[in-house]
Amino acid sequence: MNVAAAHPGFLSPTGVEIVFVLVGVATLAAAVVSVTTKQLVHAALWLVVALGGVAVEYLLLTAEFIAWVQVLIYVGSVVVLVLFGLMLTKAPIGRSPDADSGNRIAALAVAVAAAGTLVWVVVDAFRSTWIDVDGAPQGSTKVTGEILFRHWVLPFEALSVLLLAALVGAIVLSRKQSRQQPGER
Amino acid sequence: MSDALEVILRLLAVLVAFLVLPLVVGQTEHKVMAHMQGRLGPMYAGGFHGWAQLVADGVKFAQKEDVVPADADRKIFQLAPAVALLPYLLVLIAIPIGPGGLVGQDIDAGLFFVLAVMGVGVLGSLMAGWASANKFSLLGGLRSAAQLMSYELPMLLAAASVAMAAGTLSLPGIVDAYAWWWTPWQLIGAVVFFTAGLAELQRPPFDMPVADSEIIFGAYTEYTGMRFALFLLAEYAGIVVLCGLTTVLFLGGWHGPWSDSLGWLWTLLKTAALAFVVIWLRVTYPRLREDQLQRFAWTVLIPLALTQIALTGVVKVVIS
Repeated sequence: MNVAAAHPGFLSPTGVEIVFVLVGVATLAAAVVSVTTKQLVHAALWLVVALGGVAVEYLLLTAEFIAWVQVLIYVGSVVVLVLFGLMLTKAPIGRSPDADSGNRIAALAVAVAAAGTLVWVVVDAFRSTWIDVDGAPQGSTKVTGEILFRHWVLPFEALSVLLLAALVGAIVLSRKQSRQQPGER
Repeated sequence: MSDALEVILRLLAVLVAFLVLPLVVGQTEHKVMAHMQGRLGPMYAGGFHGWAQLVADGVKFAQKEDVVPADADRKIFQLAPAVALLPYLLVLIAIPIGPGGLVGQDIDAGLFFVLAVMGVGVLGSLMAGWASANKFSLLGGLRSAAQLMSYELPMLLAAASVAMAAGTLSLPGIVDAYAWWWTPWQLIGAVVFFTAGLAELQRPPFDMPVADSEIIFGAYTEYTGMRFALFLLAEYAGIVVLCGLTTVLFLGGWHGPWSDSLGWLWTLLKTAALAFVVIWLRVTYPRLREDQLQRFAWTVLIPLALTQIALTGVVKVVIS
């Protein structure tokens, strides 16, 4: 396959590319608001916008299956869990005076370093790879499934063992507490 | 340009279905409940069988003042009904009602799309519960979240069993692969899916988050007028979506006599029959307590769903 011959340029962006950049900017903005806002529940809701934006980016890259998994797991479950936790503990309407952490500078440094590394790696790895958005979808369920279970089975299984360990750990922790309680009374 | 026109026409058809079907379910609920419980109220408005009751309800909702409590978080409070309602509109796009592309949009991972987007709707209840600045609302929101988290899992497992049986995640593809013996084969999964779906919609007997005798109306306590009507509409749209999905996944969708020409009618009839069951359950069963609700999900539905997946896997291997 001759990559250079069919190489689209940066100077004549297609509609999909423009939308991709715009959604990316909106996602980044939502993420920044989510970590800087002083209202805890608003932070969680801006996180919904940011995660939804990432799902739209996956869709634009024709990775349909990944996009819906992103919505199902992150928007549908993780954020609901976060909101549940916030409601159970302390989530006043309005500003939370103690929402600021003293580690802001360190956190910013780590975030910038991580973002820089990821952007560099991704740009370096996919510099000359272009997705044909008009052709057959390259991120359909069939393709994703075949790649996942032929080329990436070992990481997949390792991850599932990790999750199983976390699950067992959660059960052990919660049982321990309930066993101590009758003794304390 | 005909492509764009076709897309617009399909989306318009979905929008019309979205505006009409929930109201039909709502009207049916009025009448069925009135008959089953001997209620006289809904039988008067307009004369014959109280046909104008729904119109009267609509006029009443439109006239009421739209109140936002003084301490509430205004923006989130006002945004919540839209977040609760819109996901169901999106889901309707993917549900096929007839053979040969009679679907808003054939989505490759349609099953995943439908379940993912349905789960987003609960964010509306959570936002409403938190932003109302009312302890009953907050309790209702908490219960909604807890309920969604426990019932999402059996629902996904039951749906996964169908996807395994059909070998595809596309909803029209699943109906295409259907054969009559699927219904007995997937019976456990169907019951689990339907029950978990009822719980996710917070319909009786799983309506602990809006239990009126304990916490007034849960997350929706502070809502009035049109915003309250939107939440109610979301519930009825949810019934349409759940019944449509159960039809497509477990009851064979458009399959039936003369399915080539009357396929859409079969889908609608099966959906309507299931919607009737939903209303019937509301009238007959008492509300489950919160701890019973959680125990039912984790100790009954999830083991049943896992059994169904094992059964599906074994049968699939044996027949292939």
